Amino acid sequence: MSKTIKIDGIEVPFETGQTIMDAALAADIYIPHLCHKPGLSPHGSCKLCTVDVNGRAVSACTMPAEAGQEIDNNTPELNEVRKSITQMLFVEGNHLCPSCEKSGDCTLQAVAYHLGMLDGHYPQFYPRREVDASHPTLVLDRDRCIMCELCVRASRECDGKDVFAISGRGTSRQLIVNSETGKLADSDIEPDDMAAHICPVGAILIKDHGYEVPIGRRTFDLHSVAETDLEEVILKKTVHHDQDDESVEKEGGVYGV
Amino acid sequence: MPSLYQHNHSEHLLHVLFEEQQKSLHISETAISSIANSLNLPRSQVESVVEFYSFFHRQPRGRFDILFSNCTCCGDLSLMKRLCDRLNVEADKTRADGLVSIGQTSCIGMCDHDASMLINGVTITSLSTKIIDRMAELIESETSLSLWPGSWFQVGNNIRKEGLLLSEFFEPGSALKAMAERSHDDIIEEITASGLKGRGGAGFATGMKWRFCRDAAADTRYVICNADEGEPGTFKDRILLNSHADTLFEGMTICARSIGATRGYLYLRGEYRYMLENLESTLQQRRESGLLGNNILDQGFDFDIAIVVGAGAYICGEESALIESIEEKAGIPRIRPPFPVTQGLWGQPTVVNNVETLVAAAGIVLHGHHWFETAGTWQSKGSKLISVSGDCGRPGIYEYVFGITVQEILDDAGAENVQAVQIGGPAGRLIAADHFSHRIAFEDLATGGSFMIFDESRDLLEIIHNFSSFFAHESCGFCTPCRVGTTLLKNGMDKVCSGHATAHDLDELSRTAALVSRRSHCGLGMTAPNAIRDGLKYFPDCFEKRLLHKEMEPEFNLDASLEEARQLTRRDDAEAHL
Repeated sequence: MSKTIKIDGIEVPFETGQTIMDAALAADIYIPHLCHKPGLSPHGSCKLCTVDVNGRAVSACTMPAEAGQEIDNNTPELNEVRKSITQMLFVEGNHLCPSCEKSGDCTLQAVAYHLGMLDGHYPQFYPRREVDASHPTLVLDRDRCIMCELCVRASRECDGKDVFAISGRGTSRQLIVNSETGKLADSDIEPDDMAAHICPVGAILIKDHGYEVPIGRRTFDLHSVAETDLEEVILKKTVHHDQDDESVEKEGGVYGV
Repeated sequence: MPSLYQHNHSEHLLHVLFEEQQKSLHISETAISSIANSLNLPRSQVESVVEFYSFFHRQPRGRFDILFSNCTCCGDLSLMKRLCDRLNVEADKTRADGLVSIGQTSCIGMCDHDASMLINGVTITSLSTKIIDRMAELIESETSLSLWPGSWFQVGNNIRKEGLLLSEFFEPGSALKAMAERSHDDIIEEITASGLKGRGGAGFATGMKWRFCRDAAADTRYVICNADEGEPGTFKDRILLNSHADTLFEGMTICARSIGATRGYLYLRGEYRYMLENLESTLQQRRESGLLGNNILDQGFDFDIAIVVGAGAYICGEESALIESIEEKAGIPRIRPPFPVTQGLWGQPTVVNNVETLVAAAGIVLHGHHWFETAGTWQSKGSKLISVSGDCGRPGIYEYVFGITVQEILDDAGAENVQAVQIGGPAGRLIAADHFSHRIAFEDLATGGSFMIFDESRDLLEIIHNFSSFFAHESCGFCTPCRVGTTLLKNGMDKVCSGHATAHDLDELSRTAALVSRRSHCGLGMTAPNAIRDGLKYFPDCFEKRLLHKEMEPEFNLDASLEEARQLTRRDDAEAHL
């Protein structure tokens, strides 16, 4: 008999080495998350995947699944906490959805809708952060960065490079570029790198591809963020853009493409 | 990938950056690149370390660089203002001639010495207006620190009460000799039988920690002494490092032999740099006496200790952040599990123990577990060093057996008209008089040793405000609840203290505090809201009497929002203010 954990009362099988998030995704159970992406090492920083395991708060993406765990996930209380955390992410940066190219393809925005977030609730921080438009094909808009470090990990773990890092402390944290000048243009990032496409928000965008897919036909206009096979949907679309196959109907511009 | 530092002690990134900061008064872009090259580290790693630790600066500081403690017990910002005025310099702005810069820093562990500061990294305590005025003259005439009055740099021990640990006259090597014939299992058993628990505050059973580390499969293991005593109001490790360093190093050596480590690190907080020379020379003496190095006392085991000095980051007291710091990175707490006992420094099993824990361990091996275990309460064996500070006649170090009541400590310290006591520092508990019969023990009031007394003359709201600013400043920023939440809490306290808050703001504070406590990544976030939560619970009047009784008050301060307009128009007259 295989080992199981219980998520909201449902028995979910798991294998040794899997986290609660791994087991949940495999069983088509959505646990909201932003800094997690299957295939990259888990991070546990956004805390959106916070769940209560036998009454104790843990991050689903980093906590190993263990037999006997009784997990609360999709409860009104937890979703309220997640909504507050999402609001925190909104107010600490400068997220102006209507003027952002990522709108509709943005996971932060999609999670906010999913959790029923109607406003930022907390007072805005209005931080001043630098934009780096030095690169010929990429732009780095730190106003929108949510410190998920997906680009940091993608660069190290998938691209075999070390283009990004997070610097500073507390609310002064910011994404930095590992190059002599600190500018993206002087780094060894290339437009085909995973790190150039993985940003869940509009902090790293591909230049010259603005608004190709109209609002209303973008990823989260057609899909819920809670679809657990979203990674495949997104991957297909990324490939489709990269191949520039015009014969396939454009469904959504994903990950900045 | 192991860094150079594993092999070459002088080249630790934090030490190289400290030298550069001293030499060039800042870490320039060019310096970041050249240091990254010479240490073979990514440039972004060097940059992130510079940006993370408070004692490194990207812009030049003054030739006299002064940091006033802003602690509720060893800080007095009116003295900072006085010095700024005397020297005609703005806080945090280096004077145009480059002579002096003045700023603030978190508690520097001098709470038994009144107002204190760091100047070019060196500690000066017991500041007064007289000293400040004289200091201004010495700075203005650019007199070298070596010619300043030597008495200013004296740091006393202020031991008020001695117990098991402090009364010990320790012969270097005696505990090592006592364990000569004993197996590592035997020693771990002895520690376990003593009931010793971690003295940093968390109280994990020391014997069990050593056992887990010993049993973890690995080629190498490490022992680390956590001397990053950063909790405001705590200074007991300062006394142990100053006067019981041999006992401490012997405790580390005993731990090393028990768990099978050949290398140990003492992580010393940057604020205690003034003790570095003495600590290094104690290590050297131990090497020369055969108490460190190869084949220690012919017992057939090798062990040595290196010291890593921090650079101003409270979070590095968290054991996994401390390990990251030794690994030359920003002090970001790791994901747990795995715990350091199975995957610690450079991925190897590692014991991280507090200074006091290791000193106690040496005593236990020397005298046997009964010496320790017969003192204290059923869940808290032995003695505890309490750092008493704040409003009392006799601040200093008191060593008590566990089970002492708060009131007894207050009586010993000569405290009168006590309004509240902060036990365990800002991360601990704020208690009112009706709790003074409670006892210092893991099963009642657990504490790392900070005991701050506030009498009736203090504005508790300002104390809580101070603590909330402290956490917003010290949050590493890794996880959302703590990064954003501690700043929201600080902003909330700003609003309450400025008299602009309404009942709704107090509800918001409580709600945010609960979220940050429960959902944060590490102990910093989990404890950061404690003072606000205790304040709202036990001292609600303090908050309520400061409320503005209005239905609604804008979140922003309208007058402060006009500041930029005033700067642009170069106006600061009454008409330009609301």
